Amino acid sequence: MIEIFGDFIERKNSQEYLIVGFSPSSIPLKQRWRNNGLSADFLADYLTTFFPGNQDDSSSLTRQAEIKSAVSYIANELLENAMKFNDENSQYPINIKLQLKKDGLIFSVANSISPLTVGKFQRYIQKLLVSDPSEMYIEKLEKNAADESSTDSGLGLLTMLNDYSAKMGWKFETVQKDPEVIAVTTMVQLTV
Amino acid sequence: MEIQTEQYHICYDRETATVSFSGSRGLSGPEEYQPIAQLRGDVVDVEAGKITLNLQQLEFLNSSGISMMSKFIIEVRKKARVQMAVQGSQSIALQAKSLKNLQQCLL
Repeated sequence: MIEIFGDFIERKNSQEYLIVGFSPSSIPLKQRWRNNGLSADFLADYLTTFFPGNQDDSSSLTRQAEIKSAVSYIANELLENAMKFNDENSQYPINIKLQLKKDGLIFSVANSISPLTVGKFQRYIQKLLVSDPSEMYIEKLEKNAADESSTDSGLGLLTMLNDYSAKMGWKFETVQKDPEVIAVTTMVQLTV
Repeated sequence: MEIQTEQYHICYDRETATVSFSGSRGLSGPEEYQPIAQLRGDVVDVEAGKITLNLQQLEFLNSSGISMMSKFIIEVRKKARVQMAVQGSQSIALQAKSLKNLQQCLL
């Protein structure tokens, strides 16, 4: 079974790309959590090589800083989600790939997801794809503020749409039957 | 009063009713929310005319951090007589985006 939502491109890798992979059971979640930020910052730092800043041109330095900040934020959120929603019962690896295109960047993050939560996630995606992200964003902030027990901000994907005008897509694929393992790949396209 | 972790530092100066945030990593698990919620309660209860959030040293904020910050702002908004100032830094690209959104919470 393969299901696609939103703007998901299936094609060969571009010439320039970087993949970081994680084995779900090798380190406890808590320590991996810190890894999210480290990996995201690494991807962001690495990428700045391709967008050199010119010390004499402040606009090029600003652009470089903006790209670095966007990559660090988006990669971190995608990794946090992947670690959070990863199906603990499966050994399917988590990976993040950053591809460099002429006119932009493509992030793809793959992880397993519990077959029991797939339906809920897909309904959320469908809502995300038809809603006004800025309205949904403010609604979510108000809702979080009203609910002291909420520990899940629910803002990660929304900020990518709202603040970074990202194009987003998802692919769900059954990679193993009995026991069932479903992999989801989240793709975020950013114009730079 | 202050909260210091490996990821971030939050300091509350009661005299000036200023909460300063710094750090380069986001919030992680739910256990990190509790002390911040408590601090937020203390800050909002103070009968100051003006509360200041100083974010100038805050280099990174993940979505959990944005949510935490919006709770501060929304709770202060409920207090009709309290003014709030948020100080940010233009040189931190992420803040330009997040603060614009948080500003809408005050409207």
